[in-house]
Amino acid sequence: MHAPVKIALPNRSLAGLKPDLRRGDEIAAELPLRMQISRLNFFYGAKQALRNIDVKIAANRVTALIGPSGCGKSTLIRTLNRMYETIRDARVEGQILLDDQDVLSLDVTDLRRRVGMVFQKPNPFPKSIFDNVAYGLRVNGCKGSLGEAVEHSLHRAALWEEVKDQLRKSAYELSGGQQQRLCIARALAVNPEVLLLDEPCSALDPISTAKIEELLFQLKETCTIVIVTHNMQQAARVSDFTAFLLNGELVEFSPTPQLFTTPADPRTEAYITGRFG
Amino acid sequence: MAMERAGSGWGPRARALVRRLRSGDEIAHLVTFLFAGSILLIVGLLLNQLWVNSALARHKFGWSFFFTRVWDPVFEQFGALPFIFGTLVTSALALLIAIPLGLGAAIFLAELAPPRISDTLAFLLDLLAAVPSVIYGLIGIFTVVPLLREYVEPFLKATLGFLPLFQGPVYGVGFLAAGVVLAVMIVPFIISVSREVLLAVPREQREAALALGATRWEATWKVVVPYARAGIFGSIFLALARALGETMTVTMVIGNVPQIAASLFAPGYSIAAVIANEFTEATGDLYLHALVELGLVLFLLTFILNGLARLLILLTARRGGAHA
Amino acid sequence: MSFRRRWRKSVNAVMLSVTGISALVAVSVLFFILGYLVWHGARALNWDFFTKLPKPVGETGGGMANAIVGSAKLLLLASLVGVPVGLLGGVYLAEFSGRTVSFAVRYATDLLNGVPSIVIGIFAYTMIVLRTKHFSTIAGGLALGVMMIPIAVRSTEEFLRGVPRELREGAMALGASKWKTIATVVAPAAYRGILTAVLLALARVAGETAPLLFTAFSNRFWSPGWNQPTASLPVMIFTYAIAPYEDWHQQAWAAGLVLLGLVLATNLIARAVLSRGVSMQRF
Repeated sequence: MHAPVKIALPNRSLAGLKPDLRRGDEIAAELPLRMQISRLNFFYGAKQALRNIDVKIAANRVTALIGPSGCGKSTLIRTLNRMYETIRDARVEGQILLDDQDVLSLDVTDLRRRVGMVFQKPNPFPKSIFDNVAYGLRVNGCKGSLGEAVEHSLHRAALWEEVKDQLRKSAYELSGGQQQRLCIARALAVNPEVLLLDEPCSALDPISTAKIEELLFQLKETCTIVIVTHNMQQAARVSDFTAFLLNGELVEFSPTPQLFTTPADPRTEAYITGRFG
Repeated sequence: MAMERAGSGWGPRARALVRRLRSGDEIAHLVTFLFAGSILLIVGLLLNQLWVNSALARHKFGWSFFFTRVWDPVFEQFGALPFIFGTLVTSALALLIAIPLGLGAAIFLAELAPPRISDTLAFLLDLLAAVPSVIYGLIGIFTVVPLLREYVEPFLKATLGFLPLFQGPVYGVGFLAAGVVLAVMIVPFIISVSREVLLAVPREQREAALALGATRWEATWKVVVPYARAGIFGSIFLALARALGETMTVTMVIGNVPQIAASLFAPGYSIAAVIANEFTEATGDLYLHALVELGLVLFLLTFILNGLARLLILLTARRGGAHA
Repeated sequence: MSFRRRWRKSVNAVMLSVTGISALVAVSVLFFILGYLVWHGARALNWDFFTKLPKPVGETGGGMANAIVGSAKLLLLASLVGVPVGLLGGVYLAEFSGRTVSFAVRYATDLLNGVPSIVIGIFAYTMIVLRTKHFSTIAGGLALGVMMIPIAVRSTEEFLRGVPRELREGAMALGASKWKTIATVVAPAAYRGILTAVLLALARVAGETAPLLFTAFSNRFWSPGWNQPTASLPVMIFTYAIAPYEDWHQQAWAAGLVLLGLVLATNLIARAVLSRGVSMQRF
């Protein structure tokens, strides 16, 4: 058994935050909310994967979902843009609001333009770099100068300098980390209000990971971010709010510094100190 | 997508339908469904046309069609027996020649040959499988037939002439010629499928046998080949189905005489060959219907065979899979 | 060494050589066929073959220009039938269908694939020739097209299914509807395999003779339009090979060489298309 790990928090996360013992969603509720999940239950056929989840996603903040394998964090993030609908027998009960609109009542392709997603394994299309980024724009019928939009997205994803002379090259010629940033640029091109990231760095090396984490700080000024990660240090570094899930239930939802230094629930403490998971 | 409450009357329902139709997904689903459905339609039509256009013959001859030896267009007496006989004999002969040859070559390619040779030869054999059957027939007429007539059949007659199989006048064309050329046609098929199936056998099986002191041949024949049995049988069945329906090669070298004979040297006829030769000359509806009924028979034969093949593969695979 | 051991070793040696010989025999047949065909065909091949019409029976000379054009027309018709049904049917099976329908369609496709080509010829005959009361290029094209369908359907479905899930999800997460995902991401990723399959299907039906014997029949002259019987390479080979004229035998060899050359060339091109540019993700 290892000694409890001390999570070293970078100073900037602590700066300006009053030590506060209220629950995360009370704090989050004081901020403008981009998305709200209420009484969410999720089923794969007869098997229930998520139980009674309530989370408030604050606008222009990074919310992290952590938990051991199989706890439901990937399932949860995929309800936000209704990607679960590609699976047979998947069923959702409860309410998910995007800016006070029920996500289930929106046209699903419109929802997915507003709530973008980056996947665990980089999945660029077998097209050129330019065409990858432009894809979302073309598909959603955006007229006007694609070149500018593509360049802007690549800047936002901190990839422009590296690929500006190779826009016509195949996306597969990029390294893993570059491909993932390309996927981020592709998702950003349609100007989503929310960006969902499902373990975006788990297939990458530490340097690429650091680059992407840098990115998230800048991105949250214009975008709301929800990130699933199994790496607690990453959650601590990058997020403003953290939700800890266990066996499909939301155990704790707090501002990040608070969750990692003074977790309210003993299960949370057990997880973050490495006693399981 | 928001589902509208279906109101009473056509108005709201029609509007909902139009809205759904405008969605690209629904249109794509419908269009592709129509094309996929047309396949079902074609198969249905095929069966229907075969049935309807053989009606006269079926009603006149009934089941005796299958047991009558006579095929006489002049007196309108039609019996399928010579053709069924010819089809079965030539296919059986083809299998008899092709299976040992094909399996042997497949074993060589899968087990013994260095990978590069094995791949190159497999590639060449795939090309062989692509050769049109009329070309096999062409070569059959001008090489196999004279070869059989001048050398092989006299030799067989001299040595094995006490068997009724090898008696009678030697024409070159006949059951033997058809069987040989058919064998040449289906061998590449048997080789390529068997080779793949053999290559797929996990090397642990081979190694286990060798580790127990088996010779290479014993390991191959007693362990690897049985393991791959399902696929090999499947390839044989499918090759047989191909041989049964093969028209051109057989037509060109079988002699085209509707008779049942014991000798392999005798000329004969097959179902596909008689249809090919006489269809355009069929005077009178009964003649035509008899030929179409033969087509129906051929269809049923290959249908049953393909079904058996798939069943066999399914059963043996399931049994083999339990071991894996 | 005991007797049993020696016996096993000799059996081993013998059987292994037997397999080697079988492989040798099988491959020799290929070389023999090609060699014989090239030898005889090349000798009979001349410019006339490609440009002249067949001469009347008994006269020497002439060519098979009409057969070459006829085959081309038949293949064009076949593609018009086989490619759309095959491709779109394959898309349906891979992307849209439910369990029962897809089982039925797949079963029908496999059934169609196993039908002997001459029976398909009968089908085209009853559907078209019997009703129009004459042979025609259309009837022949229909027969060949029906033969192409199963190959096209199965390959399209296989290659579409082979496109990884991540690509589809990536497109859908960007707001692409299902059909747009298929059209702009899935299909382009699978197109090489599908193209190969279509080419191979064409090569296969190009050599088919039986279904043409009583649909497109044959023609000693040019066949204008689509509604008349037409000569085709495979049928000419058949007709000339079984005829008693030596001159015709020579022409049959030439035609055989041309047909085989085209079929093999198409096969090789198709394989080249497939093996090149299978772009793998570098990680």
